[in-house]
Amino acid sequence: MNSNNVLIKAEKLTKRFGESVAVDNIDFEVNKGECFGFLGPNGAGKTTAIRMIHCVLPLSSGTLNVAGMDVSKQPRAIKRIIGIAPQEDNLDPDFSVLYNLIVYARYFDISRTEAQKRAKQLLQFIQLEEKTNVLIDELSSGMKRRVILARALINEPQILVLDEPTTGLDPQARHLIWDKIRSLRKQGVTIILTTHYMEEAAQLCDRTLIMDNGKIIEQGNPKALVKKHVGEQVLEVVYDEEIMSYLKQTFPDAKLEIVNDRVQVFSSQPRGIFAGLLDKFRDKGAIIRDANLEDMFLKLTGRRLRE
Amino acid sequence: MKMPYFSLPKLSYRVRLVWRRNFDVFIKTYMVNFIPPLVEPLFYLVGLGFGLGSFVQPQEGLRYIAFIAPALVAVSMMYSSFFECTYASFVRMYYQKTFDAIIATPVNLDEVIAGEILWGATKSFINSTIVLIVIIIFGLVSSPLFLLIPPMAFIIGILFASIAMCFTAITPNIETFNYPAFLYITPMFILSGTFFTIAGMPHTLQLFAKLAFPLYHAALLSRALALGRIGPHLWFSVGWILLFTPIFFILAINLMKKRLIK
Repeated sequence: MNSNNVLIKAEKLTKRFGESVAVDNIDFEVNKGECFGFLGPNGAGKTTAIRMIHCVLPLSSGTLNVAGMDVSKQPRAIKRIIGIAPQEDNLDPDFSVLYNLIVYARYFDISRTEAQKRAKQLLQFIQLEEKTNVLIDELSSGMKRRVILARALINEPQILVLDEPTTGLDPQARHLIWDKIRSLRKQGVTIILTTHYMEEAAQLCDRTLIMDNGKIIEQGNPKALVKKHVGEQVLEVVYDEEIMSYLKQTFPDAKLEIVNDRVQVFSSQPRGIFAGLLDKFRDKGAIIRDANLEDMFLKLTGRRLRE
Repeated sequence: MKMPYFSLPKLSYRVRLVWRRNFDVFIKTYMVNFIPPLVEPLFYLVGLGFGLGSFVQPQEGLRYIAFIAPALVAVSMMYSSFFECTYASFVRMYYQKTFDAIIATPVNLDEVIAGEILWGATKSFINSTIVLIVIIIFGLVSSPLFLLIPPMAFIIGILFASIAMCFTAITPNIETFNYPAFLYITPMFILSGTFFTIAGMPHTLQLFAKLAFPLYHAALLSRALALGRIGPHLWFSVGWILLFTPIFFILAINLMKKRLIK
């Protein structure tokens, strides 16, 4: 990627709250037009990082540039080109769905006629036209998330920031949001999202940055990262001593992880060797599945990892 | 982060956008909003003015009902702006997260707080004007200078709203507003020359009212304008208000920034 493509650039970015360090000296770049994910458990520093990007949290140290502008010097100009869908519901309960969008448009100096036009299109986009004049409190949480997404798009942002866009949603609502995010990415919007759902990052992100305790522990394309750290496939089998000793003998190099009462075998071995094991342990509930980000995350953070 | 208490806020026309959001909510529920300020002073006028007033000797040479009527206009300035920028602002800030939503746009926090304060001042203007109309109908206004009361209500509204916003900036939760409400607003309501002249109070208490109770000045000026009793003694009150309004306005914005920007 050449440097003209870099839309967001952070160097030695740090945020302290009193004694604790929420974001600890991190560097990253987000390219124009990509979907970039901040991945990590609760409290990893994801939200803090993106709140600095959209200029509502001052930096403790380091630099952060968005579209060539310094967040501490040109917050207004940056906020003008960013749309933000926060984690919590901060829609205006005093207004209808449509009026929420219109009042929000006003903060961006968008004229009333233009706001009306955009709001109608956006309600169509999020498939909530029939709720146009309904008060916010009468919506389900999935619908509220969609309205928050529409509101984030009212200023036709170059950068869309989504803080845990699907946390707490049912599968239907989640897939609808994913669909919308994909279609926005196709339209050329740069998307930054935070999530602790590994599947979400795998589904949506071109690149992810994996954070833990305020630090970056790995970054790259989700599929490539999984392949690098945990291989392509995982064999899972019910845990017992006999199986453990067999596995240790057969695969001295493989990573074995015990999760609850199951053993997970991570290996970049070809499918054929796993297939033999699968036959041998079929009665022990053995299965083979694709390795995913979650496996990698658990491996990288070291938690519950047994050798 | 270390932040000063009196740094000048960064404001632009966007203050109006914040004000407008509150105005829009107000208009949506206007029936609910207009009835209480219309009805409440009627109880005071009838109950205190006609009821209690028939037992009370004239205050500062005025019939009791004529004495309290302009003070009720000032009381309404205080209540409407103070409660708007304590309980109502706190609900918008803490429960509805409205401030968070707005500062994600080109509007900054200084403008959000200034917009809230100007909205509190607007409530003072609207409600006290309603009370003013009521006392005019009762024949309790005798000078055309009463026309100056509504613009004054806006300025005094900024003062009370700013003081309220300072409390909002430091209150840990909504229940804690009981302290300023009962320990500051209620004594101010009683002891500001509103229902009896403060001339009868102990000197230290008189001095305290003049220095610490904006309502004392608001009631004094309101009475002077409604009845045309103009004199040089009013300058102290005018000066007090013009001095403390910008001080509390700037302090309120700085305190809110301390609370909300970590």
